[in-house]
Order: sequence, then structure tokens, then C-alpha cells
Amino acid sequence: MNVDGHTPDTAPAPHTTDALSLPPATHTPEIVPYDMLEPKPSRLSRISQTDPAPDKRMSAHAKVGHGVKLEKLRAFYGEVEQVKGIDLDFRANEVTAIIGPSGCGKSTMVRCINRMHEEIPGARAEGRVLLDELDIYDPAIDVVAVRRAIGMVFQKPNPFPTMSVFDNVAAGLRLSSRKPSDLQHKVESALRGAGLWEEVKDRLGEAGAGLSGGQQQRLCIARSLAVEPEVILMDEPCSALDPIATLKIEELIDQLKVRVTIVIVTHNMQQAARVADRTAFMLGGELVEVGPTQEIFTNPGDPRTEEYVTGKFG
Amino acid sequence: MLERFAVSPKRRRRDRLARSAILAATAIALIPLALIVYYLLSKGLGSWSWSFFTTDPTGNTFFASSSIGGIKSAILGTIEIVAVASALSIPIGIGVAVWLVEYGRDSRFAHTVRFFVDVLTGVPSIMFGLFVYIVLIIGTGSTYAAYKGSFALALLMLPVVTRSAEVVLLLIPGALRESALALGAPRWRVIFKIVLPTALPGLVTGVLLAIARAAGETAPLLFTAGATLKTGFGLSGFMNSLPIQIYTDVTSATTSVVNRAWGAALTLVAMILLLNLFARMVARRSSLG
Repeated sequence: MNVDGHTPDTAPAPHTTDALSLPPATHTPEIVPYDMLEPKPSRLSRISQTDPAPDKRMSAHAKVGHGVKLEKLRAFYGEVEQVKGIDLDFRANEVTAIIGPSGCGKSTMVRCINRMHEEIPGARAEGRVLLDELDIYDPAIDVVAVRRAIGMVFQKPNPFPTMSVFDNVAAGLRLSSRKPSDLQHKVESALRGAGLWEEVKDRLGEAGAGLSGGQQQRLCIARSLAVEPEVILMDEPCSALDPIATLKIEELIDQLKVRVTIVIVTHNMQQAARVADRTAFMLGGELVEVGPTQEIFTNPGDPRTEEYVTGKFG
Repeated sequence: MLERFAVSPKRRRRDRLARSAILAATAIALIPLALIVYYLLSKGLGSWSWSFFTTDPTGNTFFASSSIGGIKSAILGTIEIVAVASALSIPIGIGVAVWLVEYGRDSRFAHTVRFFVDVLTGVPSIMFGLFVYIVLIIGTGSTYAAYKGSFALALLMLPVVTRSAEVVLLLIPGALRESALALGAPRWRVIFKIVLPTALPGLVTGVLLAIARAAGETAPLLFTAGATLKTGFGLSGFMNSLPIQIYTDVTSATTSVVNRAWGAALTLVAMILLLNLFARMVARRSSLG
């Protein structure tokens, strides 16, 4: 067990030394680029009031990224069961795409991962969602801490309308109860991480809602990056964007996965094929199959998957 | 060829008819408004003078040889009574609205609260005065006091503030709350930092409506704050107010005193207009873009 991996003076974890296709501007000396920051153990394991067994805590520390595991996850709206018992692994530092026809429960399932599902009146979830082996549905877990560890980007770009670009990115830090320190740097590195810094550095004081749609969505990504989440859930993040803005977000997803685990819900199968390491196909609230993206699209194991990816329904 | 797409004469006629009907309705609605403003200005402006605003009414209404005085005590009284009423009702009203929208939602208790707020909105204003009279004056065996008038006005404002704030808060898109919650913000912070600032201009409008209504009410003050001539700032003493001043002046047999009522009415309208402009400026400045 590599516990040493987290003492500050050891070499960075292997993946951070990979050649990163960062724009040259990211190398301003005093700013730590977002994706160069050293991965930390899951914050949730420290915030949680439960005292997990020592071996569990150790394994959480030893991991570089953070994985999510669904165990018999079921989600309800009142009496209607929308997600019908899903077991699924989201591997650390991978992009997992969820595809499936409208109403198949993709969004509901993803919203269960950071416990946003329960915000809807009458909605509830059953089963377990493990973040590094820690059940986020454990009664002792603080739901606010869960959401800090597992960020979310929504379908429509929704910057806070009363706030400037800067304040939008700082919002997560200011809204969480701890006193934000070093705001300037954190905002800058989050904006760099979202590939937006060069475009907005001279208009940080302007309204966030005044940016273009694609910029707004990257602003929302920067906003969720600023709180340094371990997992980012994206619920059809490009469905309201034009193809060029979509391309930028997809490139961004590719860069971000060295730092966070990404789950992306998409209607666009080409997008899944372009960005995802693994793809899961859902139908009628159930998981049909999950596997390497290449395999799901070229050689699916289930005939229903094949019908869907070849456009026979959906 | 063009005839395929030409507007039929029948439809054109109907369109013209509908348009002129709507225009006529607008014009009819504007007539009383214009008349009110016209009469207020033509009858009220004449009595405006420096001493009108800086002296208390003297109580003399018979002798032309001595002055009838101005409306200073009424202006200051209205400001003080309404300010205290606002300080009581605005935080509570907005608090109730926040609870209804953010927490109560569709629960049975929330529906009950909504029902009673609606009932309260429809209660005639004199009932609030009567209620305070029975509880705070008969009930305690004491007499009129400014704060009792404030209580009556606060009760009157509460449902107006609550209802308008609830409507405005419901307009804030749920996606905004969700994205703030998804950042790991506790619910109360989402309310204070995101929901309320976004709703601010609308909240200000609702609050202004309530203040405007309260400032013009006579009935709740008649037997709660009483009527007096002297300027006094103590909340436990009698306090004059503009509606009461107008009420007592307008029935007078002396022309100059009736004119003072018009002057006071114009003053009341001007004060509410100023408050409106000021609050809107503040609300605009505090929200971006």
C-alpha cells in the first residue's frame, strides 16, 4: 500500500508527469495550473463524521484518483421507479458516458451520485453509492460535503445572474462554509482549467451572463472545478451549445480526466464515442451493458445496444 | 399568385375591431388616473409653501386672523409609523415567503399558511385597526399610541409582502438553486447569496406596494395611533399622520383647511413616488447587468 504517495515532498503521481497539452500561458510561474495540483485523498473521508475502518481509510489514501461505484441503485419519483437497480463502476480518472433513449433514467441515475435527486419533492433513492468505498448515502454523511466532492455541470449553462465572471467562479468557495483563502489564485487556476482564462482575463468584473453560451458553460465548469471536486457529473453539458463550443468542451473533458473522474450523460452518440473511455447503455431504468466505448459501438454484447447505437430506435 | 397569401377583409376587420377595443380599455383605465393626478396638482400645489412643511397644524379652523399651520407632524408621523410597520412586516413577510417556496413547498402546512395569507390579504383594513384596538387598547386598558398604529399597519402589510415575495421567489429558476446546491453550498447560503439577490428587484417592487398601501391607510390608524397636532417622536404617545390629517381636514367648513387636505394628499403621493424612485435605483445598482 503506497501511503507515501501523499506526503507532500514525494514525486507527483505518475499521471501528472504525462505530457499535458496545456496552452503555454498556463505556465505563469506563480500560478499552479489546475491539473498540476497534486491529487489528494477523498475529502469526504475526512469530512465524514463516521470513522471508517482503518483499512478503508488507507485504501482511500492510496488511490490516485477517485472512483464511484453504484450498488443496486434504485431511484423513485413518488411511487414511480425511474432507476431500477443499477450496479455500475465509474473508474478513477476515466470518462464514462451514459447513453440511452429519453426517459431511460440516465439523468436521474447521475443525479443520485451527488444526492441532487433527493432535492426534488417526493424523490428518493435506495441502494448504495460508494465514493472510494465510502457510502455517500450513509446517514452520518453530510450531503453538503458530498456535493463538494462530486461536482455537477448541468444541461443549460446557468451562471449566477447577479454575479460577475470572477464571482461566479468564486461562488463555490464563498458559498461553502469555510473561509476562502487565496481566492484570486484559485479562481484563475479554475478558469485556466476550464480553458476560459485567456478569453475572460480582461473582463473578470463583467456579468457572467454576458458571455457566449459556450463560454458560459465553460464558466460553469470552472465554477465546479474551483471547489476541487474529485468527480464531475455532466448532464448533457453540450446539448444547448453549437458544434464549435461543443468541441471545446470535449477537448476540455479530455484534459480534465487526469485530475477528476468524469461521468457524462449524452444524447449524442458521436460525443460518447469521442470523449468516453467507457460507455454504459441504459434502457427503461436498467443498465443494459457497460464496456470500453470502442466495444459498445462496434461489438456490443446485447442486441438492444446494437439496435440503439445503429439508430434503430431512440 | 399573391392572392393565396392575401389577408382576408373579414379577418382584417376583426383585427381592427379587437385592437381598438383594447386601446379603448386602456384609455378608459387611464382617465381616472389622469384626473386624480390633475386634481391633486391643481388643488394641492396651491397650499404648498415652506411653512406648510415646517409647521405643525395649530388646530385653529375658525379665525382667519391666525394661521391654521402646516402638516409637519403628519409627515413625520407617517414616516415613523410606516417605518416601524415596515421594519416589523418586511423581514417576517419575506421570511414566510422563503419558507413557503424553499421549504414548505407542497406540504399541507404550507397550503394552510397560503390560505390564511390569502384570507388576510382580503381583510378590510379597518379590521386590523379594530383588532389592535381590542387587543392593545381595550385589552391593556391603555390609550392610543404610535406603536399600536404601526402594529395595525404591519398586520396589513404582512400578507401583501408575503404574497408578492412568494410569487417573485417562485420565478427564480430551480436550475439556479440546483447549481448552487451542487457546488456544495448549504441551503441557507443558497437562499441568502443566490436566491434573494437574484430576486431583489422583484422583492423591492412587492415591498414598495405594501408600503404605499400602508402609508395611505386611514382606518387602521384612526383608533390606534390617534390624532394629534404636535410633532412627537415617542412611539408610545399619540402620533399624527397624513391620512388622519387629510381625514380631519377634508370635512372642515373652512376652505383653507380643506385646501390643506389637498396639499397633504399631494405630499403623500409625492413621498411614495420618491420612495419608489429611490428604491428602484438602489435595486438596480445592486444587481449586475
